[in-house]
Amino acid sequence: MKRMSSLQQHGWVHPDQDRAQAACPHALQISHIHHAYGSRAILQDLSFQVKNGEWVGIIGPNGSGKSTLLSLLSRAERLQSGHIEVYNKPIEAYKRKELSQLMAVLQQEALPSLPFSVREVVEMGRFPHQSWFGGEKQDSTALVDHIMEQLELTQLAEQPLEQLSGGQRQRAALGKLMAQSPSLVLLDEPTTYLDIHHQVQFMDVISEWQQDCGLTVVSVLHDLNLAALYCDRILVLHQGQLVADGAPEDIMTSQILSDVFETRTVIVPHPEVAKPQVLICTDKQ
Amino acid sequence: MKSSKGLSRITAIGAAGITLLLLSIVGCLAVGSVHMPFGEITRILLHHIPGLQDLFPPTWEDASAQIMMKVRLPRVMLALFVGASLGTAGAAFQGVLRNPLADPYTLGVSSGASVGAAVLITFNLQLALFGQWSIPIVAFVTAVMTLLVVLLMARHSGKMAIETLILSGVVVNAFLGACVSFMVSMSKQTVNDILYWTMGSLALRGWQYVLIIAPYFLITFIILCAYARPLNLLSLGERQAAHLGLHVERTKWIVLLTATLVTAGAVSVSGVIGFVGLVVPHMLRLMIGPDYRLLMPMSAIGGAIYVMWADTIARSILAPTEIPLGVVTAFVGAPFFAYLLIRNKKKQRLG
Repeated sequence: MKRMSSLQQHGWVHPDQDRAQAACPHALQISHIHHAYGSRAILQDLSFQVKNGEWVGIIGPNGSGKSTLLSLLSRAERLQSGHIEVYNKPIEAYKRKELSQLMAVLQQEALPSLPFSVREVVEMGRFPHQSWFGGEKQDSTALVDHIMEQLELTQLAEQPLEQLSGGQRQRAALGKLMAQSPSLVLLDEPTTYLDIHHQVQFMDVISEWQQDCGLTVVSVLHDLNLAALYCDRILVLHQGQLVADGAPEDIMTSQILSDVFETRTVIVPHPEVAKPQVLICTDKQ
Repeated sequence: MKSSKGLSRITAIGAAGITLLLLSIVGCLAVGSVHMPFGEITRILLHHIPGLQDLFPPTWEDASAQIMMKVRLPRVMLALFVGASLGTAGAAFQGVLRNPLADPYTLGVSSGASVGAAVLITFNLQLALFGQWSIPIVAFVTAVMTLLVVLLMARHSGKMAIETLILSGVVVNAFLGACVSFMVSMSKQTVNDILYWTMGSLALRGWQYVLIIAPYFLITFIILCAYARPLNLLSLGERQAAHLGLHVERTKWIVLLTATLVTAGAVSVSGVIGFVGLVVPHMLRLMIGPDYRLLMPMSAIGGAIYVMWADTIARSILAPTEIPLGVVTAFVGAPFFAYLLIRNKKKQRLG
């Protein structure tokens, strides 16, 4: 994959975003969130902040409230109590399109099987920047071309989505996300359905995007090793509460993982990079 | 945003559609008990376009012009607008409900209108309330009331889940359908007027009907076309669309309400013409792809052409007896749709 540094020249980061970013050091400020379904508490008194340009990974066992948290951050669900501020402005004060210009969400489920072509789907990512009739202040054709090339989708441009493999479809979804040109992305277990080649490819693209454009990333991840490799900071959720928050090397300890996941693990240093990796232990003989 | 290739494709498809539409108008006008040549029909039509009178001086018999302008043209025009209404509404319903079986009648509009019409016919009130407009007005009102009942049933804390919406439609359709069947069975006529109304007809309507439905169709058509891009986003799924900044619930309300109103308008003047709103958008999707910016206007044109020819067959093939229009639309449409499905399956296997 090619480097992305030329993306700024294609109107990658629009002026409003620059201003919003310059004005405040935090992309997200979450304070005292409570959330419950009926009488069942999902999130309890959750507070944390996400710095601009930071990649934050959220890990935790099933049912720990990760997905609910992401739904609240993307405003897919209404906040019951507490505050979320996106670039120093309460999340509920944004208009829909305004929020979508700043924040993009990649869902865990793949794009549906549709007869729309890959290029058409990627172009749909421009929706928040378009007027009602589809016009834009700046022509985005070059930007879309560039993304297609970046993600090796140019060959597939005219292919309908329904004929793509899972990995290709996820790449198209990522293309749509990039076309949205947000300054903050939320990823919900984005690598679940990908093989290791496509997992690494996916994470590398996000990582380059983060480094070149100062993108802020919040991702829910099941794969602890991927989280340790790519995230600057890891939050551990357990029973709706934040139980640990720090750099991967501080978080990835046998003690924390055994407390939270109830699983025995051994932590070893990665032989190539200074990151911890997790080996799972079993009692089987 | 559109490449020049895309633009020329849109122009080509649009031009083909409009050409077919104009040819169909002339073709359908030519069919009837009195023979009329195409050239004469075209000249009479052009003569009536303001500014062209002098270029096309009357060289035809007055009787021909009378038959055309007073009998055939209003009927063909009514078929055009009824068909266009059903085609557009069908595309809109399929776009919002994202269900292959969705059509303009999914939310109970047809059975709602039928109950209204059936009550009037059963109690012999066809002309009682508003003269010849009694059935259309009552049918329209009961259709819209039915829609409101369905929407209220499906609404839950400000949101409408698609599945609940479709099920509410099924329930209301079943209930009102039973009401209509009851009234049919209680009637002592051998040839039942209610039954005929529910099978659709465009006979003996005249220009007034056209003049009412035309502007009504145009307004709703413009609204639905303006929602083409949101409908494209909706096909990715409601949550995806919301993340792209679309007001999902508002879009669903406006599109469903507008599509239902346009359907109610068509049904109240023509009775229930089935199959058009289901099949025309599907056929076009197979031919020109899923983009609603093209699909919406083409469904109007496709629906218009479809109903014009179906009505021409309905009034001519067993003349002077008329076949109910709804029978023809299904009889011709189903095999053609089957053919397209099979062809598409073959193409996919090869490609």
